[in-house]
Amino acid sequence: MKLKELESCLQQVDTFEEPKILLEQYPTSPHIAACMLYTIHSSFDDIEGKLVADLGCGCGVLSIGAAMLDAGLCVGFEIDEDALEIFRRNAEEFELSNVDLLQCDLCHLEVETYAQKFDTVIMNPPFGTKHNQGMDMKFLHTALTMSQTAVYSLHKTSTREHIQKKANDWGVKMEVIAELRYDLPASYKFHKKKSVDIQVDFLRFSKA
Amino acid sequence: MKLLTHNMLTSHVKGVTKGYPLLIKATEVKVNEVEFNPKFVCRMIPKLEWSALVQAADQLGHREDLPGELVPDYEKNEDFLKKVHRVLLEVEVIEGSLQCPESGREFPISKGIPNMLLNEDEA
Repeated sequence: MKLKELESCLQQVDTFEEPKILLEQYPTSPHIAACMLYTIHSSFDDIEGKLVADLGCGCGVLSIGAAMLDAGLCVGFEIDEDALEIFRRNAEEFELSNVDLLQCDLCHLEVETYAQKFDTVIMNPPFGTKHNQGMDMKFLHTALTMSQTAVYSLHKTSTREHIQKKANDWGVKMEVIAELRYDLPASYKFHKKKSVDIQVDFLRFSKA
Repeated sequence: MKLLTHNMLTSHVKGVTKGYPLLIKATEVKVNEVEFNPKFVCRMIPKLEWSALVQAADQLGHREDLPGELVPDYEKNEDFLKKVHRVLLEVEVIEGSLQCPESGREFPISKGIPNMLLNEDEA
């Protein structure tokens, strides 16, 4: 599948009807999702035939893309029932048989639960701002315990140094694959402008 | 919920030391065709709790002749890999619940999605 093709498919994925601020439900744009997945697939071969986890999967754009790129199975983890219902309908419409969904709270997972069960973890975690300080690092830590090979994630560029320090502490290698401009549509009332561009890093973590 | 996913699921109710494997009580089970990828199945087998998989397939009435012990040299045994593929990926629980073997707490499965959320006093 070509990048363009993947992106246009992902444009058909439905997203949050009423995003919830407490959960930082920002959708991942089809363009960013397609670029991420295409890179993971073509440069690192971490999707096709792999067991993939998508943490905080929301309506499932990353999982659906991973399934289209022939993941062996992609399991989406999400706390919010409304997002899961949209994800379920998306998966049905795309007739995907290699995705599975779980409603759970990643903050309550015990660290060893899924220890290295998954090959690859992909995610666009909450950025951990506003009401959720530290949430991005919680997701990352969980992701690292779950994956055997690599974790792919989006983080605010402004937190890069902090994340690099953590990665060193945890003994994992961190690579900045791309710097993105994340066009956050004014999804919430507190965004006064029509859209806000923020600098985001697309990061790859691997066991050193 | 596929049985590959079930194979990884544990109950974390407070105080529970061995919330595994979760007992499946299904009221609706479906079999969806999934493309057979022998390489993927081969790679998954060493990660599985084999007895939990056999038990789960049994609870759903889909064990057929899946052996109680993992067969040697399964990598070359396409017939065996196809059976494993079927129970891991094709058999799905749509409605029902999962029960923690220690506390008895039930986790509902609705429209194929297990709800593993805990109440505040359980976490």
